[in-house]
Amino acid sequence: MTEFIWIVIALPLLGAVVLHFLGSRLGEPRAGLVGFGMVGAAFVIAAIAAVPFFQGESHGEQVFLFDWIEGLGAAASLLWDPLSAVMTLVITGIGALIHLYSIGYMHGDPGFSRFFTYLNLFIASMLILVLGDNFGLLFVGWELVGLCSYLLISFWNEKPSAAAAGKKAFIVNRIGDVGFLIALMLIFTTFGTLAFDVVLSHEAWDVNGIELGVGLVTAITLLLLVGGTGKSAQLPLYMWLPDAMEGPTPVSALIHAATMVTAGVYMIARTAVLFELAPVSSAIVASVGAVTALFAASIALKQRDIKRVLAYSTISQLGYMFLAVGVGAYVAGIFHLFTHAFFKALLFLGSGAVIHAMADEQDIGRMGGLRKAMPVTHMTQVVGWLAIIGIFPFAGFWSKDEILAVTFGKGGGYYVLWAIGLLTALLTAVYMTRWIALTFWGEKRYADDLHPHEAPGTMVLPLIVLAGFSVGVGFWNTPFLPSMEHFLEPAFEGVEQAHLPEGLVPWVLAAVSVGVAVVGAFYAYRRYRGAGAVELAPIGKGSWSLVEEAYRVDDLAGRFIVSPGRAVSNFMAFVVDRDVIDGAVNGLATAVRTAGERLRPLQSGFVRQYGLGLVAGTVGLLVWFASRGLG
Amino acid sequence: MFPTLSVMIWLPVLGAAIVATIPRKRSEIALPVGLGFAALVLALAGNVVWTFVSGDADFQFVEQATIYAPWGITYHLGVDGISLLLVALTAFLMPIGILASASVTERHKEYMAAMLMLEAGLLGVFLSLDLVLFFVFFEVMLVPMYFIIGIWGGERRVYAALKFFLYTAIGSAFLLAGIIFLGAMASDQLGTPSFDYTVLLALDIPPSTQRWLFVGFAIAFAIKIPLFPFHTWLPDAHVEAPTVGSVMLAGVLLKLGTYGLIRFNLPLFPQASVDFAGVMVALAVIGIIYGALVAIVQPDIKRLVAYSSVSHLGFIVLGTFALSAQGLSGGVIQMVNHGLTTGALFLLVGMIYDRRHTRQISDYGGIARVMPIFAGLFLFTAFASAGLPGLNGFVGEFLVLLGSYARHPAATITAAFGVLLAAIYLLWAYERVFTGPNDKPENQGLKDLNAREIGIMVPLVAMIIFLGVYPKPALDRIGPSVGAVVERVENAAVLPTEWEAATR
Repeated sequence: MTEFIWIVIALPLLGAVVLHFLGSRLGEPRAGLVGFGMVGAAFVIAAIAAVPFFQGESHGEQVFLFDWIEGLGAAASLLWDPLSAVMTLVITGIGALIHLYSIGYMHGDPGFSRFFTYLNLFIASMLILVLGDNFGLLFVGWELVGLCSYLLISFWNEKPSAAAAGKKAFIVNRIGDVGFLIALMLIFTTFGTLAFDVVLSHEAWDVNGIELGVGLVTAITLLLLVGGTGKSAQLPLYMWLPDAMEGPTPVSALIHAATMVTAGVYMIARTAVLFELAPVSSAIVASVGAVTALFAASIALKQRDIKRVLAYSTISQLGYMFLAVGVGAYVAGIFHLFTHAFFKALLFLGSGAVIHAMADEQDIGRMGGLRKAMPVTHMTQVVGWLAIIGIFPFAGFWSKDEILAVTFGKGGGYYVLWAIGLLTALLTAVYMTRWIALTFWGEKRYADDLHPHEAPGTMVLPLIVLAGFSVGVGFWNTPFLPSMEHFLEPAFEGVEQAHLPEGLVPWVLAAVSVGVAVVGAFYAYRRYRGAGAVELAPIGKGSWSLVEEAYRVDDLAGRFIVSPGRAVSNFMAFVVDRDVIDGAVNGLATAVRTAGERLRPLQSGFVRQYGLGLVAGTVGLLVWFASRGLG
Repeated sequence: MFPTLSVMIWLPVLGAAIVATIPRKRSEIALPVGLGFAALVLALAGNVVWTFVSGDADFQFVEQATIYAPWGITYHLGVDGISLLLVALTAFLMPIGILASASVTERHKEYMAAMLMLEAGLLGVFLSLDLVLFFVFFEVMLVPMYFIIGIWGGERRVYAALKFFLYTAIGSAFLLAGIIFLGAMASDQLGTPSFDYTVLLALDIPPSTQRWLFVGFAIAFAIKIPLFPFHTWLPDAHVEAPTVGSVMLAGVLLKLGTYGLIRFNLPLFPQASVDFAGVMVALAVIGIIYGALVAIVQPDIKRLVAYSSVSHLGFIVLGTFALSAQGLSGGVIQMVNHGLTTGALFLLVGMIYDRRHTRQISDYGGIARVMPIFAGLFLFTAFASAGLPGLNGFVGEFLVLLGSYARHPAATITAAFGVLLAAIYLLWAYERVFTGPNDKPENQGLKDLNAREIGIMVPLVAMIIFLGVYPKPALDRIGPSVGAVVERVENAAVLPTEWEAATR
């Protein structure tokens, strides 16, 4: 079965090709069904292929397909191991649900089939990223998901803001990619190949006599982190993700919450062998994660756009994942990636249902009371809300608290990171309760001519399924039954993992964080449940304006990076290039002409005469050299 | 044995002669006749690529005859892994270029004759293994290009053509002096003058002489590439050239420079190549960053693409002077890749120019709505040009970057930022031309590509994907010849100590 794992990639790729050429002929809803069918089938195949891992019968296999860039050790070769299997199941499983949802959500859009083309292409690209057996293929997937992200963010590109957001996402990601590329240069120079089985294996280092200095590994891992901060929207390269909400909501759910943005976490977990040897890098990963988590959560407190709250929330939750892999709790990081994929996809799809029902209104200040009009959506969103704020026994409780407890258990400076994580948990409870209260609870604040309604079946069904998972998946890895840890064991063979502290400590910590969440939720419930005109105050006035405007980082970046950059470009183009260099060339030509006018008898100004002179001169030289040679 | 290579060179010459004899009132058949000849050459080139033996570093399909024995000038042709794909590229782009010549409305005969002579010259340059023969083709090819720009070009065509001609002619003078010097040196050392490349490789050239010769050859090639700061003829030539002129200029002519460096400078002057590697790499990297920065703010889309060439060609020079198997392989395959993607970009720019007769980015906006196929193809090509993995450009850039780091770490890290800048200038241009509201009345009635235009793009798109996904056949053909060059340099030159440390 494993040797056919490439079919998992081939199916959505085939879907993209078919939809690209035949999509508009297929029309609605068939184009969507083709897309959904391809991803669904890929999920089924992946699930069957993952059975041996559940049975503990396989540690993973390499599947060689064909040579790509042989000289770099970058073959089209896949690695099917428990880690790639978890990722594949999340991508295709949630992916299939979101395809289904999109059939309803994109109904009536002139780009209906184009949307599914891109979505299928994205699934294929993301699978290349997680299944690649070398850094070359990982980078292929890494860039292709960036492409799909670009295409889907700027999907409605007649809107200038959507076009600009797509471009911004790609370019900010490319900043990270430069770091990634430099890491790959170092890796290739050090190991002579990009293949995982050499770069990520102690035995292979011994066999090949590779000595890894701490400085070198630290440099490699920090550069990988730079790549990771771009793709996973961590400080300082997070700015593209909030703007990415310009894309259709299913895209936000799939790409900018559940899958693509977790690529950085996956990549760090995949290269755990290297990070383990670079404690400084790991500590920086953890710190970046914790600080990002708090930073983004604080912005989420005052956002008014239903999707922007979730976007900052995603950045914050990704911060938790970085914290986890930074402290060496790789399984906990992947576990949180896993649970977050479900409940954040659920929340985004719920927002989509709301936006749909509210005729494209996205300001939660103008919502309220939607629980009556959309009871099913509301119930599923309550589940998602409880899961993200970490209430027992919802999924987020298990995964987030494991990260906090392990961080606490590391002691020393990590107490600070733990405290930041706990504070973030408090803020999470506040902003998510505010989000759900302003949207669904209290009295309606929208105009009377709006008649919100429950979403169609293709949209509601995925919500219900995801809500079910947002409760259930947390039980895959509990302190009593750490099944996921066992499952992933082969993928982290030889990596020293950080574990939960001994004794009662994790329970006390869990009680503390649930307590914090309850306090935060209660506060926000009191504050926002009956919110009326207060929330409708214009943005950017008042004491919270700095937070409302996300600390005006975009403005600063524009002023201190983009504008000076453009000035440099202009200077290069119109002063250095046009005036100085080309000016010198033309000046030389003029000087020659002026001199030529003095020697007018020799110069006719005809090219053929110059050419003749050139030929005559060189023939003369030729004769001279040749005769000298003969003599 | 059938003299395939000679036929490939002389068939277009015959074609040009036939085209020239077409009666003026029947001049509309010049295009199909020319296309027929170009197609024949393409078929022959395909056959050469197909039957080329991959594992072999030596010249294949060799033909040898004496032209003038007293001076040791020979008619020596052959193809190896370094020239093979450039020959194929030339033969591939020519029929596409001819098909794209719809905008040529006058003097069809002369135009077609010039195109065919250009093809003959280009093929001759890549296939010549005698330096005098090489030089003759190198010069001959300038003439049709001069006329293509000067007759069928834009408003400032005469200025651009003359600038192009004089600039390259100045470079040629240095090259010729170097070639003659080498011939004389052969006479001193071997007793008989020779310009045969394979013979000259056996010369023992003292390092100091190598340096002079290296500089002479390198100036000629640097102008052709063009390497910073010799690049200012390029944007003018591109902007004024008709579409097909730009396609051939960017697609093939620029590669003469990088090809010359790999073919002649490295093997003939190995010690000088090592000594000057730092300078060449520095100029290359300046070109990568500088070309990209200048491209960002160009208001003219064709000028933007022209400056992107300056940036991209820098990668090729960087890979060349990495003097490693990966770097050189990347450099060679990148020549082909750049020919395909930039050729495609110029074709696309030409298609929109034919409709609106403006190249100013600010005259457009939101045209993806009325020209979705065109927009899709442009974006595809732009991403190929920006080095998106899975497409061709990435393979070369990746090999160059990873293969150059060991010996030029600082330069290679700097070069990596070129990848970021490429995304900026291409996506920003795309944004301004294609996205947003289509609010200019002149643009609202634009027609999307017709079947002929799509047909022109299909082979390019197919090659861009093929070389991106499965570059193995190409790399397998390049590898041995490039390996031989690296080996020759490493054996014949004293390497700096820090290089020894960097390569295990």
